[in-house]
Amino acid sequence: MSTPADNAPAAHSAGAEESRPSLAALLLDPSFWADWASVVGLVGLVIVFGIAQPVFLSVANLQALLLAAAILVVLSIGQTFVIATSGIDLSLAAAVMLGAIILGLVNAAGYGIFVACVLAVLATSAVGFLNGLIITAGKIPDFVVTLGTLSGITGLGLILSGGEPTMVGSTFLLRLASGSLGPFGYPVWVAIAAVIVAHIALYHTRFGVHLLATGGQTESAGALGIRTNRVKIAAYTISGFCAGIAAILLVARIGSAEPQINTSLLLNSVAAVVLGGVSLFGGRASILGPAIGALMLTALVNGLTLLNVSAFYQPLAVGAIVVLAALIMRYQK
Amino acid sequence: MSAPHHIPAAEAIIACEGLSKHFGGIRAFTDVAFQARRGEVTAVIGDNGAGKSTLIRSLVGVHQPDTGNLFFDGRARPFANPDEARKAGIETVHQNLALIDELTVAQNLFLNREIVRRIGPFAFLDRKAMKREARSMLSRLSINVPSISQRVRRLSGGQRQAISICRAVGSGAKLVVMDEPTAALGVQETANVEALIRRLREQSVSVILVSHNFDQVRRLSDQIWVMRAGKMAATVRASETSGNELVALVTGAA
Repeated sequence: MSTPADNAPAAHSAGAEESRPSLAALLLDPSFWADWASVVGLVGLVIVFGIAQPVFLSVANLQALLLAAAILVVLSIGQTFVIATSGIDLSLAAAVMLGAIILGLVNAAGYGIFVACVLAVLATSAVGFLNGLIITAGKIPDFVVTLGTLSGITGLGLILSGGEPTMVGSTFLLRLASGSLGPFGYPVWVAIAAVIVAHIALYHTRFGVHLLATGGQTESAGALGIRTNRVKIAAYTISGFCAGIAAILLVARIGSAEPQINTSLLLNSVAAVVLGGVSLFGGRASILGPAIGALMLTALVNGLTLLNVSAFYQPLAVGAIVVLAALIMRYQK
Repeated sequence: MSAPHHIPAAEAIIACEGLSKHFGGIRAFTDVAFQARRGEVTAVIGDNGAGKSTLIRSLVGVHQPDTGNLFFDGRARPFANPDEARKAGIETVHQNLALIDELTVAQNLFLNREIVRRIGPFAFLDRKAMKREARSMLSRLSINVPSISQRVRRLSGGQRQAISICRAVGSGAKLVVMDEPTAALGVQETANVEALIRRLREQSVSVILVSHNFDQVRRLSDQIWVMRAGKMAATVRASETSGNELVALVTGAA
């Protein structure tokens, strides 16, 4: 993740092989900016914030920034798989909450932290599976279904938890949250691992090709014998799985399972995917793009905070950037 | 001439008899007998709504015929879905092409037929092998595309059609079915695709060609079947017929 340059979204490697346009032509091509929006945005933010507030570039702050971005990176990856099938998962943040609550309750019931983590991931994966099943079997639009499960699992979370947060005092989670290996904290390594695995799944497996084919032209893919419904269900299940991993990271970070939905996680996950150059119409995706998009959004909030900009302005800034990115995307070839 | 010629079973790659398909009260076609010979280009012509496309779709498993028998490669083979037909060796070049715009030429050529290395439950793509194979598939049929790594979206209609046909042939299909392969193409592109179909014929690939274009059908095919109002009206050798006769058969003036 730290060296995005050598890992251009694979969408690019194809074009680059044939002919290399001159740098000037490249810079004048809006499609270049569309494909690289997240990288350009991140670099721009780093420069601006670095000049305005040198603390921003301190090692401590950059480490904190990466740590804060880890959860969003993992969620953005999940969202990417769904959006690549031309769907959207609005229940992502609610699934994180459900996962956190199940983790907290199972742990509180004395089953040990590993069982709790596994059950949390299983539960959120099941939510994703259910989303996919209802969308494909019921032929219902994705946003209706996931909006429904958003509400449903929010309620389930409140019922299970009684509306009360559960403290999770686990040394394992504490070490996960605060320990580090080399320059990065463990959560950052989790995010890096997620990026690598997802990248391989998307670009180097048969599933990845079928996923993009399903998102690009579902009917054509079906006509060629690709089982598009299964592919979609798998995408939503992956999204749910990512929500579970994010839930573990979240509980580790705040030390308790809160029956609260962090709606900005949902919005930012979609925003990161858009910034990452993934087509909302499906069929075109990368993993590094959204991951860098997630970094960029986190850097934005981090920088604004360092500049003492009121937290009230931050959603405004995020919203403006996302709409701007979506506008630039129109020029994507 | 109105009774279909009977071809010895060994010569027919695909044959059907008594085939009917209804959609609710609407009869798409009734009691159709049809055969296509091995290594020949067999054309099916007819007016709009004559039942050509539905017949073809019923042969390749998209629709299930209500009655009748279907034989493919010498065996009774009703196909429950297109995938079954595909596995048996029938490749269809769809009217809407079934190419994925956002994938590359090579990816499209190998879609759902990827060359993979299996490691446990995972199927990893062998991208090098697929690119190499894709190049040789294209060159075998003398198809020119700027690059096999190019997204299909950027290709012209004729190039897309050529790639669809290449994919169908490249899978080692015993029968390639083409539904209006030049319907949406310009003059030059149509000529290119026709040249491609001629190359298939030279290579003894069995082809079923659905078309509106009588001249094209006479140029390309060996045997012509004429549908009219849901029935198989006639069948003629392409070399023994004229454009006027085909028009008369299609309109029912004969």
